[in-house]
Amino acid sequence: MSGSLVIEVNVNGLLRSLEVAVNHTLLDVLRDQLGLTGTKECCVVGECGACSVIVNGRPMNSCLMLAVEVDGGEVTTVEGLASPDGSLSRLQQSFLDEGAAQCGFCIPGQLIAAQALLNRNPHPTVDDVHEALAGNLCRCAGYHQITAAILAAAEEMTP
Amino acid sequence: MTQDAVGAAAPRLGGYGRVTGRQEYLADIRVTDMLHVKLVTLDCARGRIISIDRSAAAEVPGVRLIMTAEDLPQPVPRFGPQFQDRPVLATGETKYHGDPVAAVAADTKDAAEAAAKLVRVEYESLEAVFSIADALDPAAPLVQDPSIRPDDPLAHTNVLREHRFGWGDVDAARAELIVENTYEFPMVTQFAIEPHGFMAAPDGDGMIVWSTIQHPYLLQKTIANLLDLPLAKVRVLAPDPGGGFGGKQNPKYEPLVAFMALKAGRPVRLVLSLDETFQAVRRASAEIRVRTGFNTDGTIVFEDIASDFLLGAYVDIADRVVVKSSYLAAGPYRVPSVRIVARGILSHTIPSTAFRGFGTPQVTWGRESNLDEGARRLGIDRFELRLRNLAEKGEEFLPGETPADGDWEQTARRAADLIRWNTPVPTGRGRGIALGIKSGPTTGLSYSTVRLLADGSVLVYSGTSDMGQGARTIFAQIASRELGVPLSRISVVMGDSAVVPYDQQTSASRSSVLMGTAVLRACQDVQAKLAAIAARLYSVAESEISVERGFVHLPDRDVTIVETLQAGLGPLGGELVGNGEMRKDKEPGHALGGSAAFFEFHATAVELEVDPGTGEITIIRYVTVGDVGTALNPLQVAGQDEGAAIMGLGHTLMEHYIFDDEGRIRNLGAIDYRIPTSMDLPLEMLSDSIENADGPGPYGVKGISEGGLLAVSPAVASAVTAATGLIIRDLPLTPQRVWEAMMERV
Repeated sequence: MSGSLVIEVNVNGLLRSLEVAVNHTLLDVLRDQLGLTGTKECCVVGECGACSVIVNGRPMNSCLMLAVEVDGGEVTTVEGLASPDGSLSRLQQSFLDEGAAQCGFCIPGQLIAAQALLNRNPHPTVDDVHEALAGNLCRCAGYHQITAAILAAAEEMTP
Repeated sequence: MTQDAVGAAAPRLGGYGRVTGRQEYLADIRVTDMLHVKLVTLDCARGRIISIDRSAAAEVPGVRLIMTAEDLPQPVPRFGPQFQDRPVLATGETKYHGDPVAAVAADTKDAAEAAAKLVRVEYESLEAVFSIADALDPAAPLVQDPSIRPDDPLAHTNVLREHRFGWGDVDAARAELIVENTYEFPMVTQFAIEPHGFMAAPDGDGMIVWSTIQHPYLLQKTIANLLDLPLAKVRVLAPDPGGGFGGKQNPKYEPLVAFMALKAGRPVRLVLSLDETFQAVRRASAEIRVRTGFNTDGTIVFEDIASDFLLGAYVDIADRVVVKSSYLAAGPYRVPSVRIVARGILSHTIPSTAFRGFGTPQVTWGRESNLDEGARRLGIDRFELRLRNLAEKGEEFLPGETPADGDWEQTARRAADLIRWNTPVPTGRGRGIALGIKSGPTTGLSYSTVRLLADGSVLVYSGTSDMGQGARTIFAQIASRELGVPLSRISVVMGDSAVVPYDQQTSASRSSVLMGTAVLRACQDVQAKLAAIAARLYSVAESEISVERGFVHLPDRDVTIVETLQAGLGPLGGELVGNGEMRKDKEPGHALGGSAAFFEFHATAVELEVDPGTGEITIIRYVTVGDVGTALNPLQVAGQDEGAAIMGLGHTLMEHYIFDDEGRIRNLGAIDYRIPTSMDLPLEMLSDSIENADGPGPYGVKGISEGGLLAVSPAVASAVTAATGLIIRDLPLTPQRVWEAMMERV
């Protein structure tokens, strides 16, 4: 039914050589092959944002990308946001401080979308945040807390 | 942070895992040798199963088991929290679109999915009912076989139950104005971002079941009954659910995976897709007919309410939803005469179950909207009319029920103040305000164990499910205060029935009050043991010793708990174990089986504008105020309150299932079923709490997680009427519906 290909991909700073099924999404490979289960599976049609990862600097729904598409590329997942020693990034700490993580299931995707936003726009407005995270559903509806966390993190990162 | 963490915005226990991706949700758990399960369903609602051919599916490499009803014990076992009506797999015929007829287990997800498509089911599509009107037609096909409910006089109809409540004499009551209307509430789904998941593995002479469930101990009982196992041989592992909202309360596919694991002799795992989750749980849609009698001064003379709820094919907990919500349908008001007739009506649709608010948003939509109409016709301010009728603290507003347990006027007035009710409304805008009340838990049983370890750190055991409401943090805050231990030295253990003592359930916003009390008592048990140790160590009478907030108070000095503990334990170390129990027993003769432990009373107020060209509603300012007793953690209270409010905006403005004529759902999944996103928020949102420490839980706490959702729809609709003059009695208030109403008027 389907073959496999070997790809090389930098995941959270670590170069990986992987044999992946050609029909498997990046989400499948992250979760099932690499055991990086921080990236979540929900709608698998690119609408909920739970599977967001940063691919070559851009936020992507990993459920909509085939793993073979990232051959030679760089992927950052939620596991790549904290320091290797486990200390939290400013953004992650800010999510905790503002109470943005409730059930927490959407939070990896929210963090990734937020990090991608801050990477390209270090001083976002509320509207910028709402627009950048419009594709990340939160049924606990902690949108205000998430927005407050991102703005607080941006504030603190100001030189 | 101070050690005394109650009332502080303490950081969430489990927060670190949630922001690093390390929090282990069900689908993240890996078990070796596990089979993956995919369900087989039919492309119709009600289909008579003629034959199931599994030969092609069985040839897919890696397929290990194809389960149908025939492979189960006969007759096919049924289960359910209220009625034993749900079969483990559809038998004879399917009852709704998505009712599984078979399940395939394979070595890989890919193989299971491929094989599930190859299971050939020959079936005949049968006449079915999808609406209240169709289900009530005397010629309608019966949804449930009458043999399932042998002694039930209604078994030969699609009415599951008819319940009647009330007092006074509605027919004899004389009103100067009677307002009568029917209000429609849509069928919506919980849509937790974590789809439901289930695993099972044979475990020696028992079974381990993993589930995203809110009620692990109900699941343990269900599996024990179905597999004829002692409770001690059924271990339920319940990782923190990624959102529950009621949809994850009761067992769904756990019995199926347990039977499959038995048959395969291997662990099996079924993680539903989002589409399948939409076909597993929903809120009951409803038609609420309200006749309200008023005097010209705005006092309510009577409420005559008929609430019809459209249930699915299996009852799940839906009859309880009908009963509990309808019982309080007349609201937080002083009403001399009330008649309530509530019916649950079966249909060939997804089984409706608990959903945040538990039926109360449906009846509140009708009652509050009808009060608005009365106020408008009487020329009385809509808020003033409510105040004139609102029960005062301590008033028995519902005969035989817990009296009003809060200063509700204070809550209502806070909302009115925050929305600036008595200031001029800007041109083109409208304001609305509505009140909601929900009965808290009517019975409860929670146990907790607290272990004070030799180094003064603490383990708290609680069978509550932390699905985002933050129960873990609250229990740790209670232990922190009682034992004087910082939160960083407290762990809360949950989610393992083999380790954690029994808890009845996680529902009805009960956990801070009921389990919180059990935790408090377990801490007090530890304190008592410390006092006994101190009496021995310091040669002081126990009656002269008190223990609180980290210290043992002796007549002449204070000693820290840790010092006393370590001296008392001696060189071998060890620990002190405390147990706590909180029981709220059934009350015979009470219509709900028990009076409310507390009420969730809530006021919602909005200011909005409606685009005359598109019908789109923009909420300018949104106010949500709850009577919380005590906010044990204000950060979490605000998160739950705002979350409930925004969820309520979902069913008010955009959410609803769409069915075709065959009862097939046409908007399965996130593309076509819209829930609020960051782009759908009110421009300004204010969440506030009234704290009078008058709740029954530790430090005066009441439950809070549902209140914010109760009165969203009537508040918004009232503001739409104020802004446009349009009265719309059907939800959701989509731009299309509002625009069409505007066009009709033209």
